[in-house]
Formats: sequence, structure tokens, C-alpha cells
Amino acid sequence: MKLKNLLALFVALLLSLSIILALSNNTLFPSFGNVDLNDRVSGEYLDQTNIDDVGAANIVTAIVVAYRGFDTLGEVTVLFVSALGVALLLGSSAKQKRLELDFKPNFMLRVGSRALFGIILLVGLYIILHGHLTPGGGFPGGTMIASAILLLYLADDRFRAKIKGFKILEGVAGSLYVIIGLLGLLLATYFLQNFLPSGTLGDLLSAGIIPIIYILIGLKVGSEISGIIDNFLTEEESA
Amino acid sequence: MRNEVKKVTTFDIISLVVGVILVFIALVAINAKKLMKAVLFLSGLSMLSVVAFVMMKAPDVAITEAVIGSGLVTALFVFTLLATKKKEETK
Repeated sequence: MKLKNLLALFVALLLSLSIILALSNNTLFPSFGNVDLNDRVSGEYLDQTNIDDVGAANIVTAIVVAYRGFDTLGEVTVLFVSALGVALLLGSSAKQKRLELDFKPNFMLRVGSRALFGIILLVGLYIILHGHLTPGGGFPGGTMIASAILLLYLADDRFRAKIKGFKILEGVAGSLYVIIGLLGLLLATYFLQNFLPSGTLGDLLSAGIIPIIYILIGLKVGSEISGIIDNFLTEEESA
Repeated sequence: MRNEVKKVTTFDIISLVVGVILVFIALVAINAKKLMKAVLFLSGLSMLSVVAFVMMKAPDVAITEAVIGSGLVTALFVFTLLATKKKEETK
């Protein structure tokens, strides 16, 4: 038994040493801040003409929505499929009621959460709207909206969101994303191409279709995760 | 291989401290006796990794981690723990 433990320690140390040696300042993994961008794919995206072309001040957003817009559509689809799986496993057509938790929210929690709800929702919307200017965007912003809904669920043990509206919103946002992509195919040359003017770098109304797509992604992610939360926190009504 | 002598800056010290605390909190979260405590330490771990992400100049990842890691996932864990405890007691 003791020998086994010693052997395990030895293997762990050996593995960690090999990981450290593999990741420490060699040609594949240069130390932090010393990367030569000309060797990487990102060098091409950080070209000044490209940045002017896309018009998004936040280069991460430019890559996620403009250059890799089709991949982001796939990402949204993955989230949709997982929400579908949760709904299949946990939801049912029978009448649903709130899960009974071993926890009763008191008055202070109820009122405080109602006050915080608006602030969190506003921050989420701000992050979605400024996705092309500042860090963040549709995915974190949408999740922030969903966490505001979750706070309401926490604060009131009888609260239920209007989940039908969320489902309609999710479907409409997802379809509009594809429709905007097809409009790019019609008005320009390829799927999800920017067909609107880029505008001035740094303006709220700039970067062509990026803000529109990020608003749609934010609404879709927010309503999807709210639906997942509702599925988790409800159960079938039993007599 | 470049072998320049590098000066130790304040940034290095802060990132070292943050890294050590990260590993420490992760170990505490694993070894916590109560599940609820483990979840809360996990939330703290996410919050500290937000600091680490900001120091590595990845604010986008930091925002996502702050919202999902320490907000949504923690809340779902807490709800699940509350729900399962109830079932155990009624048995």
C-alpha cells in the first residue's frame, strides 16, 4: 500500500515536470508577451486594413462575429441542442409547478432581489449593445439576463417566468440570425457578409451587422438559459 | 533559446500570489467536508480566476467567467443541493 502511494507520487511528479518542460519558453510556447504575431493566424486579423474594413473596436468581437460568423452560428446551435436536451429530459407536457426547496426566502431577500433585478438586466443589455466596442457581447450579456431571471426565481418561491414568450423569442432570434446571413448572400457575395456600412470606428452605430447579430445572439442565449433554469426549477404537479 | 536575465516586476509578484491562492482554493474546495462549502469555494475560485484572466489581458474571457463561473453555475449548484437535501430527508 505504501509502495503504491510512493509510486503514484513519483508518477505525478514526473508528469508535472514533463508538462512544465513542455510549456516553458520553447518555440511552440513562448513566454507570456513574447509571441511573434507573424507566425500566428491572428497576425492577419490584426492587420490595420482589416480592422478598418470590419469597423469593430473590439477585435475579439470582430473575429467572433465577422470573420468567424458561421462558426458562431454553429456555437449558438450547440447551445440550442443542449437546451433541447434539457427540455426533453426534465420538461413535460403536464402542468408544471415550482420545485419545493428546503429554503424560504425572507422579506429582505425578496425586496433586495427585486431591486437588483433591474440593475443586472441593464448591465446585461449594456454589455450586449456595446459588444463591438468593449469586452463582452452576446454570450456573456445573454447569460447575465438569464442570471437576473434566476435571481427572481431565488427570491420568490412561487415565481415563474412566462416561458412560452421566451421560447418564441428564442425561435425568432435564431431565425433572424440565419435570415441576416442569407441577406448577406443575396445583397453581397457570401453567407453572413456585412452588407451595411461600417461607419466610424468606435461609434455605437458602427461595424455594420455586428451589433444586430450580437443583439440577436444575446436575446437567444438569454431566453435559452432562462428556459433551462425554468426546467431545472420546476417539476410535474402531482396530486 | 533566449536566456536574458529578467527583472522581477510587481506584476510578476501579483500573478504569482494569485496563482498560489488559486491552487490553494482549489485544494480547499476538493477537501471541504460540506458540499455547500465546496460549491462556495468553487465560486471563489472562479472569481479569482477572473482576476487572473484580466491580468493576462483577456477581458472578454474574464467577463464570461465572472457571469457563468461564479454566477450561474454556482446558483444552479446551490439550487440542486437544496433540492436533493429535501428528498433525502423525506425518505
